[in-house]
Amino acid sequence: MKVLNLIRLALLALQRNKLRAVLTMLGIIIGVAAVITIGAIGAGSTASIHSSLSSMGSNLVMVMPNSNAPGGARLQGANVETLTEKDFVALQKESTYINAISPSSQSKGQAINGSLNWPTTIEGVSEGYLAIKNISLKDGKMFSNRDVHTYGKVCLLGQTVVDNVFPKGVDPVGKIIRFNKIPFQVIGILNKKGQNTFGQDQDDIILAPYTTVQKRVIASIYFGSFNASAKSENLSQAAADEMEKILRKTHRLRPNQDNDFTVRTQAELIQTLSSITTLLTALLTAIAAISLVIGGIGIMNIMYVSVTERTKEIGLRMAIGARGRDILSQFLTEAIIISVTGGLIGILIGETLAFVIANALKWEPVIDKASIIEAFGFCTLIGVFFGYYPALKASRLDPIEALRYE
Amino acid sequence: MKKILELHDIMREFQMGSETVRALKGVSFDVFAGEFVTIMGSSGSGKTTLLNTLGCLDKPSSGTYLLDGVSVREQSRDQLAKLRNQKIGFVFQAYNLLPRTTALENVELPLFYNPTVTAAERRERAAAALQAVKLGDRINHMPNEMSGGQQQRVAIARALVNEPVMILADEATGNLDTRTSYEIMALMQDLNQNQGKTIVFVTHEPDIAAFSSRTITLRDGRVVKDQVNQQVRSAKEMLAALPETEDYHV
Repeated sequence: MKVLNLIRLALLALQRNKLRAVLTMLGIIIGVAAVITIGAIGAGSTASIHSSLSSMGSNLVMVMPNSNAPGGARLQGANVETLTEKDFVALQKESTYINAISPSSQSKGQAINGSLNWPTTIEGVSEGYLAIKNISLKDGKMFSNRDVHTYGKVCLLGQTVVDNVFPKGVDPVGKIIRFNKIPFQVIGILNKKGQNTFGQDQDDIILAPYTTVQKRVIASIYFGSFNASAKSENLSQAAADEMEKILRKTHRLRPNQDNDFTVRTQAELIQTLSSITTLLTALLTAIAAISLVIGGIGIMNIMYVSVTERTKEIGLRMAIGARGRDILSQFLTEAIIISVTGGLIGILIGETLAFVIANALKWEPVIDKASIIEAFGFCTLIGVFFGYYPALKASRLDPIEALRYE
Repeated sequence: MKKILELHDIMREFQMGSETVRALKGVSFDVFAGEFVTIMGSSGSGKTTLLNTLGCLDKPSSGTYLLDGVSVREQSRDQLAKLRNQKIGFVFQAYNLLPRTTALENVELPLFYNPTVTAAERRERAAAALQAVKLGDRINHMPNEMSGGQQQRVAIARALVNEPVMILADEATGNLDTRTSYEIMALMQDLNQNQGKTIVFVTHEPDIAAFSSRTITLRDGRVVKDQVNQQVRSAKEMLAALPETEDYHV
């Protein structure tokens, strides 16, 4: 029988009991909508984490000091002093996979401007730091290499610091503030970055040349960490490996000695966090998929009832020339139409929900074409799988008995 | 004259547990094109079994049955379906129309199973068949919007639509009152006499048999009487002679 005829026959049969067809569809609609929505939420949250981490520089490579006291008590990384100017120079000179590198020395203290003051953090960095960390300037300019070499008492302020130590309407650029007791001239304002993924305010910061911070504020020759930007996100692991090799050399570590530092890439961190959300999404999708299977069982149930109820009709169809396989195809087509129509409506509802949720959470709405095609194919499969046995039962009826069935 | 049906020594046995029931014990007769044959018999005479055999719903245990020259016993299940589709038009006692489906769609149904008919041709032929049973104005009515007689006329249109060699009616007037029965029989006679349709009509009412040209009587699985009707009554005249009914208005 022609496919078009089959579809026409199946539609004629389905429209005789519209309410039942719609109710049967409901199971599939809810299942597909749930799978699509949860999939989109998962993809959206992964994308959101990715973009928030990428805003700190997705090609970021970090070097942190590490306690290396075999057999003894290990100290917290921040208190360990292993990274020095010598390391910085070596990394700058020998690393081939990085664009820029900056050391970082942090200290907490009080920022003071006249009667206003604010507890904050000063971070000593080199002139390449803004590019490495993807930070842009709202006003003013970054300090120069010359400022770094001359222990320049200049600084850039994060928005939170500006808000707290300058009255409204006052332009901070060119003014002098004090950090603890040391005066700094403000030469630039950083653009607002907001909280990072871990809830830390990234705007509560003062940037100054690392030489100045080391000499005037901390009085230490050691660095808290290095930040470098690899030439691309894909090269960040190669950059990390290379930097590890260089540092082992400058630290004169023997092959059997552990590193007294740690090299980590942002890509690694993104991957870890993404894999957690991916796992969660898979778990939730699996639960949603169960409802899809239950929807399929609903189709099977209704098709069985329908075959019994329409026994006489099946007998008539056979009497006027339907072969067993025509009956089989018709009932199978009915099941597939129910599941595919339900699937289409489910996709529509699911995508709408995903869009609404993405809007509410201010995510980029993710419309995954593959998941739509998958859902469509899966619904057809459900129709075939759960429709086959009822259809087979119908096709094997004896026309004489079916005609006499009351 | 062309032979539409040739039955020779048809036997049909059923296995009921350990017992063998012989429903047909050697039935032989021929039906020629253009005949209007009624098959009579009380219940248990083998009438239903013979109807199922004639309608290619069942195969005889032994004997030969040729339908329009095709030996039915040698056909497969699918080939029987094709025979039923193209050579036989069934009319049932209970009409067997699909509920919540228009008259036109009901009549179209057999053509869906005939792969040579296109969609446009299907509609056209179904509409023509409904016109032929004088239901041209009820094309889009549902069965529950029609009287019993009208429903049976839709069923007759459905039987005619595939241009079968034989119309096989099973107690087709059994559910109808006298007036409507006569109307249906008048339609049958018209199809037989004016359009040359071969009709085999299974019934147990002698009243109905009087409208046919030949009556075959079955008893206990055998043909006991096979006679040509000398005085065929005209259903049209009988209908005209009926007193005006107050039951309903057409």
